Amino acid sequence: MNFFSDPITFIGNWLGNLLVSIGISQQAATVIITFIAAGVVGMFGFSLVIFTIWLERKLYARIQDRIGPNRVGPWGIFQTFPDMIKIFTKEYITPIGVDKVAYNLAPILSVSAVLLIWAVMPFAKTIVGTDVNVGVLYLVAMGGIGALGIILAGWSSNNKYSLLGAFRAVAQIVSYEVPMVLALLIPVLLGRTMGVNSLVNAQSVWFIIMSPIAAFIFFTSSIAETGRAPFDLLEAESEIVAGYQTEYSGLKFGMFYVGEFLHAFTISALTAALFLGGWRGPFAEQIPILGVAYFFIKAFIVYFFVALIRISMPRLRIDQMLNFNWKFLTPLALVLLIATAVVDKAFYLVIPGLNISAGLLPWARAAVHLGVNLIIVLVTVQILKSHHISTVKIVGKPRPVAVAPEPPASVIS
Amino acid sequence: MAAEQIIFILVAAVTLGAAISVVTSRNLIHSALWLILALFGVAIFYVLLDAGFFAVIQVIIYIGAIAILFIFAAMLTRRVMQETGPQSNSTWWLGALIAVLLFAGIALIFVNWQGFTTTASDLTNPGGRIVQLGLALVSPDQYLLPFELASILLVAAMIGAIYVAGEKKQ
Repeated sequence: MNFFSDPITFIGNWLGNLLVSIGISQQAATVIITFIAAGVVGMFGFSLVIFTIWLERKLYARIQDRIGPNRVGPWGIFQTFPDMIKIFTKEYITPIGVDKVAYNLAPILSVSAVLLIWAVMPFAKTIVGTDVNVGVLYLVAMGGIGALGIILAGWSSNNKYSLLGAFRAVAQIVSYEVPMVLALLIPVLLGRTMGVNSLVNAQSVWFIIMSPIAAFIFFTSSIAETGRAPFDLLEAESEIVAGYQTEYSGLKFGMFYVGEFLHAFTISALTAALFLGGWRGPFAEQIPILGVAYFFIKAFIVYFFVALIRISMPRLRIDQMLNFNWKFLTPLALVLLIATAVVDKAFYLVIPGLNISAGLLPWARAAVHLGVNLIIVLVTVQILKSHHISTVKIVGKPRPVAVAPEPPASVIS
Repeated sequence: MAAEQIIFILVAAVTLGAAISVVTSRNLIHSALWLILALFGVAIFYVLLDAGFFAVIQVIIYIGAIAILFIFAAMLTRRVMQETGPQSNSTWWLGALIAVLLFAGIALIFVNWQGFTTTASDLTNPGGRIVQLGLALVSPDQYLLPFELASILLVAAMIGAIYVAGEKKQ
């Protein structure tokens, strides 16, 4: 184990030895290093946001045929820093009648809920915050805390539009947790473990190959959880001002903003870890630093799609959003879960009689699961086709829009 | 005093304080917030007991689902921003009586319980506990029947909710 192949573990060991050599007990040294590591992971998440905000603004601009940030630094890459300084200097405006505790707690909760997810993020085989054996459930729990932050923000602002945003947040985030949890069960089933790093370890064949539908459901419902376009009903500007964050200003608004961008990158990284093999790649087992590179390449590829979807999709209506969840994603996830469980069990019952070599076994399993997924896709498409809307259904007569009265004759002449 | 004991005492104090605030707070949403803190304290107890699975489940079910439902229901009531009404009604003595009796009963059981003085044996097989739990829930000679009964109860509640909320077709 040397510095170049695994710098994080190397520095950790070096620091631990240093602390022990100056007379701190082994236990205390472990605690100190854990705190330092937690701080580093948190700071890393925030620094990443500085980059992703620039990246997304640039992508946004290119798609809208603009140049985007281009003044500060090469390609405007340092644009976020002046913006950050500006938001630090802004005034905090606390409206009359807000619930002070909840109002100030909400931005902290919604950022920390996202940041806490990074505790279980596997950057490489050896570089992982903590591999709790219930990591997947931990992700779901943190999602719940994020929802809490948004609801508190909406309620405590003492503003109708904020409250409407919070109602929509409950309708959206809590509902989309259902297909997300069901989709998360598929990797757990296939990998026989709930730890996030163990799941990456188990992906000798990427789970997106074994179960593309689960990857799709997880990806879609995660985007809904972030509350970004096309699921940005919680802050729909054209309808409810800015939703739950209407009354926030200065750094408190900045917290929501950072939380949203960090969440967008976090779900990309999670998709990469759970379905795209995380840090797995050539030589990643021997040289952990390569695994970090693979992980971030995969995460940024997914993030590109997240940004692309945000930029190019119109906002859904609230009934479309709920129908899509309850009538499409949830039944699909349930069917997929049952099918995957049955097929996986059956595969291991049948396989001893078929005499397949051990090297081919994961690929045979993947092929079976892929086949089941394709059958489910075909059936779903057929069912959707039989329900397609052939004509526009007229639900009511068009009512006349207000017509301006004829101006009096004196005005015309 | 070991570090674990210090953490336990701190968390216990916070949990109890939050639990008292749930009933003394005059604002419904503040009560719900204190409840979340108390439930979080319970989750930390699970962590201290080396039961990570239950800690996470506690956060998902109680904070992620039940507390959010509480807050949501409270948000729909009128004048939620104000501190309204007296905190107790005319039958407060009945509630107090039941609470005292319940506390006395629990205390009576705990006084005669040997668990405080004996040291629990370490749990074996830390990695496989979730597997054991899962198998216990679906094996017929252990907890299959209670598990299925709870499921039926939940399904019944769900059907009831859908029936009450659904549109009436004339």
